[in-house]
Amino acid sequence: MSTEARAGHFPAVDWNGGAFPYRVGHRKLGMWLFIVSDSLTFSALLIGYAYLRASNNWPTPFPFYPSIVFSSVMTFCLLSSSLTMVFGVSASAKGDKAGARKWILATMFFGAAFVVLHLIEWKHLLDEGLRPFFLPEHWAKVFTLADGTPPTALFGATFFAITGLHMFHVATGLIYLAVVAARVKKLKHEDVEISGLYWHFVDLVWMFVFPLIYVLSVDMHGALGH
Amino acid sequence: MTAHAEEHFAGTNKLFVSIWVWLVVLTLIEIFLAYKTMSVNIMLTVLLGLSIIKAALIVAYFMHLKFERLSLIVTIVPMLVVCICLLFVFFPDSFRSSGLRYKFEEAPPVAPAPVEEQ
Repeated sequence: MSTEARAGHFPAVDWNGGAFPYRVGHRKLGMWLFIVSDSLTFSALLIGYAYLRASNNWPTPFPFYPSIVFSSVMTFCLLSSSLTMVFGVSASAKGDKAGARKWILATMFFGAAFVVLHLIEWKHLLDEGLRPFFLPEHWAKVFTLADGTPPTALFGATFFAITGLHMFHVATGLIYLAVVAARVKKLKHEDVEISGLYWHFVDLVWMFVFPLIYVLSVDMHGALGH
Repeated sequence: MTAHAEEHFAGTNKLFVSIWVWLVVLTLIEIFLAYKTMSVNIMLTVLLGLSIIKAALIVAYFMHLKFERLSLIVTIVPMLVVCICLLFVFFPDSFRSSGLRYKFEEAPPVAPAPVEEQ
């Protein structure tokens, strides 16, 4: 008996999915697998950050303004962009391609706002003198412990690596969404849904980056005189 | 999960707006907590707990996983959780190396003093 013939005798009741055991298309399954692997990339980076933070004297330099205000507004932008993306996928499911395009463009607006605000926030820190492997001189002085242990200069490395990789994902997502919006009339509904999966994932990652990088590094006692 | 799943996108816009409101409220709680004095361990636990709730809301509703087949959920979620937990194996080393740091007995090192002229 050939393999194909035997496959025909496969008890479909046990499998119950036929050619689609997950009842999703192969592209959607592919995007889910990509998301799993990308989650591990970000997990590894965030755990590397936690590792360094637990074993070093870590500076906590973020002032309420601009850092926390900016990052909160950025969080709001990303959350809102996820909502508009859901509306876009919902419209696409109903066959309303024009509506889907409109909502995807709204998503791109919020995503672009996130990138612009993030770059302004980066510029504040760069202007203060933060570099991937150097702290600004006044930070180094303020955050030195009583026993003379200086704060670690790896603060900048972890900050720029993690937020930079996330910003790269947002920028890539903007290009992806632009392509989907331009070709929405030719694409199947599932292709629009897949782009939504990617976009929500970028939002999800920020839900961990924001508290771990920003909220846990607030200059609570105004040590830097902000 | 209904049989006509292909063009069906479960969840109403009202549901999605309420999820968005929850996400915004949890974010505001995080920002509020940032300015509360508490031990870093409690703060980290609370913040991570809130983040996991937010992530679960996004995955379940926005990414629609709640409405997918159970086989897809059990294929991708548990292995991801296990892999992430395995990364915690590095932390004992982190705590150990924190205790190994050179203790400055006098003033911390500064730029070398200029050579005095005799």
